[in-house]
Amino acid sequence: MQRDQMNIVIVGHVDHGKSTVIGRLLADTGSLPEGKLEQVKATCAKNAKPFEYAFLLDALKDEQAQGITIDAARCFFKTSKRDYIILDAPGHIEFLKNMVTGAARAETALLVIDASEGIQENSRRHGHMVSLLGIRQVVVLVNKMDIVKYSEKVFREIEEEYRDFLAELNVSPVNFIPVSAREGDNIVHLSKKMPWYQGYSIKQQLDQLKKQEDLPDQALRFPVQDVYKFTEGADERRIIAGTIETGSINTGDEVVFLPSRKESTIKTIEEFNVPAKKTAYAKEAIGFTLTTQIYIRSGELMVKKTEKIPNVSTRFKANIFWMGKSPMIKNKRYKIKLAAARTTVKLVDILNCLDASDLSSVANKQVIEKHDVCECILETTRPVAFDLADELENTSRFAIVDNYEISGGGIVLNNLSTEESMFEKNIREREFSWEKSAISLKERADSYKHRSKFVLLTGPPDTGKQKIARALERRLFENNYKVYYLGKVTMEHGLDSDISSYPDSNDEYIRRLGELARIMTDAGQIFITTISDADDFDIRKLKLLNEPNEILVVNTGSNIFNNFKVDLDLDEHIDVQKAVLSIEKLLKEKEIILEYYL
Amino acid sequence: MDHLQKLEAHSVFLLREAYREFNNLCMLWSIGKDSTVLLWLARKAFFDHVPIPLVHIDTHYKIPEMIEYRDRLALKWKLNMIYGQNSEALKNKRTFPDGNVDRITCCRNLKSEALKHTLSGEWSRYKLNHETQKYEVDSNKDPYTGVIVGVRADEEGSRSKERYFSPRDKENEWGVGDQPPEFWNQYKTDFAPGTHVRIHPLLDWTELNIWEYIEREKIPTVSLYFDQGNGQRYRSLGCYPCTTPVVSDAKNEADIIKELRTGRFSNIAERSGREQDKEDGGGLETLRREGYM
Ligand SMILES: Nc1nc2c(ncn2[C@@H]2O[C@H](COP(=O)(O)OP(=O)(O)O)[C@@H](O)[C@H]2O)c(=O)[nH]1
Repeated sequence: MQRDQMNIVIVGHVDHGKSTVIGRLLADTGSLPEGKLEQVKATCAKNAKPFEYAFLLDALKDEQAQGITIDAARCFFKTSKRDYIILDAPGHIEFLKNMVTGAARAETALLVIDASEGIQENSRRHGHMVSLLGIRQVVVLVNKMDIVKYSEKVFREIEEEYRDFLAELNVSPVNFIPVSAREGDNIVHLSKKMPWYQGYSIKQQLDQLKKQEDLPDQALRFPVQDVYKFTEGADERRIIAGTIETGSINTGDEVVFLPSRKESTIKTIEEFNVPAKKTAYAKEAIGFTLTTQIYIRSGELMVKKTEKIPNVSTRFKANIFWMGKSPMIKNKRYKIKLAAARTTVKLVDILNCLDASDLSSVANKQVIEKHDVCECILETTRPVAFDLADELENTSRFAIVDNYEISGGGIVLNNLSTEESMFEKNIREREFSWEKSAISLKERADSYKHRSKFVLLTGPPDTGKQKIARALERRLFENNYKVYYLGKVTMEHGLDSDISSYPDSNDEYIRRLGELARIMTDAGQIFITTISDADDFDIRKLKLLNEPNEILVVNTGSNIFNNFKVDLDLDEHIDVQKAVLSIEKLLKEKEIILEYYL
Repeated sequence: MDHLQKLEAHSVFLLREAYREFNNLCMLWSIGKDSTVLLWLARKAFFDHVPIPLVHIDTHYKIPEMIEYRDRLALKWKLNMIYGQNSEALKNKRTFPDGNVDRITCCRNLKSEALKHTLSGEWSRYKLNHETQKYEVDSNKDPYTGVIVGVRADEEGSRSKERYFSPRDKENEWGVGDQPPEFWNQYKTDFAPGTHVRIHPLLDWTELNIWEYIEREKIPTVSLYFDQGNGQRYRSLGCYPCTTPVVSDAKNEADIIKELRTGRFSNIAERSGREQDKEDGGGLETLRREGYM
């Protein structure tokens, strides 16, 4: 028989009484080891030091050093109803990272405000963070009521002011409780000193709260964490592995993978040492096989075809909190991790920053500083699938990595896919300011006796692309065309030698290749190169980058494109001369090279 | 989902995340109950495969049954089994049982040092050849940059401040004060060259959870954990000169679970049978900062 557990986090401004509240909860619910309270009191008396409930935490810490299994970083107390785990959340501003770590795992937050000092900077900041992190149950404790003589007026004033503040954040607190942690009022039992308060004590309130269960009627969201094919032992299964974020799924369900939009049907649900089953639910770490062989990468989001489809976009509005050592700045590349997806993101614009201390918005901010919470526009280099925070919050959440460190987190508020992306804008501006040569493309084509073209060979690795590309260069050259083949290694050790420092080096590689193609085709060349494992999105990007010039895509081996139609499909390891001739034929059909020039 | 299923699902998620993000990953297997549960969770995560090498540090003072058990499972579950050791210290008898050093130094020599240099690839690694069933010197000398470890937060204080993905610098040092934030199942998986990471999928498990899970999944464990008729059993397994059994008549998993639930041990540290923990008060914290598990 297992007992119910609830994770709670205690936040608030420094010295407002968090540790004292924790000490009280431990002591008054009888959750301390036997004799601990007396022992700490005795030590205080011996040292002529007034006893503090907060000392109980320190005392427990000392015990941990001796190996006893109580833990102040995660301390426990019990009521008859359930076990509570208090996650460590020191209130000092420098400890925001720890607070976020604790709060993100909590179902309930107790927010402590000192009645005599009133609402302070971190009372607000923590309230804001708690709402961003998605804790739905917030109980506000107005502490140190003894100092204000248990005045209802003081309590109501704080309650009103803080309620208004939370309302702006769309948080409706479960309750406001007047307490004195030091005196033990309204901690476990209702205190006679505040007859005007008829609500719950802290303990009663906690026991009233509901465990947050996952709603079975939410849409399925299954981030593809990885795709496994372990060939040893003749295991033929190709397993799509991950943890179901929300919803449920059955064998036989039709599914769509995003952003690639590939479709298939669930064949089996895979697990180890568990009887076979037909349905899997939220939070299960599980695997699936599909009825069809489709090429899926980790990072995609699997959803049900019959349910609401999430957004797929490269541009969105988000709310971000920043913890990084250096501020978040515009146009710098960061890594974004959203569910299982990872890609590069840039800060495009800061719409407004809430100054956490008074929730006033600061206009015209140019950077997001440590501890700021800002509404802003972000743009990724590849499309990502996401939900909006007010629709399905789990899959609206992301983390941002700056220089190896998790530096920020946020939630997506809106999809801005209809706006022109920074990428498109850059290309438009590039074309606008392109210094046009005095020699027109037409003049070049007439002189070279062919038009320019970007010829790209794609397909899985090791399909013979490179050999074909090199032979094609030779063949066209011998027929007097202006042609150039560029090998990937050449780029790697030259132009791209810095590329590993980019958060998503493949995207930057594509961008550079596209820009190079634009230059080479502008120079009238037939520019040939190869790229492995390109997907629809890579090709779309290369096409855009090469505009207004043309691209020809030849696939070798199995075709992994979803919608994109290649110009020519060749078998894996096809005879090189045969491949060259068919590409040449295609170039003629497309009138890149013309018979009569020959 | 019940509590154990939730713990299992989260650990599986962490193992898959580690496997996805790190190229040079290994998992430490001490043969004890925790790291054996971890190994079992890897079979869960990877659908009956264990695509991660298992590294065992052989102090040569392990109870013989443990080594026999290690090799039996390694063969049966087709594990990529590797062990490392401090050959120098063993040869020169710089050990506590030889009477030449104290317990802490012995641990440092046979475990911390052996581990550090085995992980870095500087010292020989011995790999199980499944055909000959013998260990051979492993030709792979690449340092492991991700190390999966079965520590639990409830074991002792210093472990409760750990993260699931916990960075270590070049010197294996652990910065307790400056831990990366972890939220929404996003972890620090990006590392500067030269640094590495410890991954702790069992952080949220308790000793009781471990036994409940072993019972539920029927995971084979070393018989030393059970009373063999003399009213004693081991609660934690280490080297025989430094590990003492506890008084207990628990003969199987169910008995141990009952014993733990009644709180019989609630004020006795799990590792109290490990003598090295007692020397220099916070001995473990010191060892830990130096890279001990
Ligand atoms: N008068 C009074 N003092 C309190 C009360 N709760 C806490 N304090 C005092 O406020 C100070 C800070 O409390 P502490 O719990 O350490 O605050 P924290 O920084 O939020 O953890 C300590 O000196 C406590 O004794 C209370 O209810 N009444």
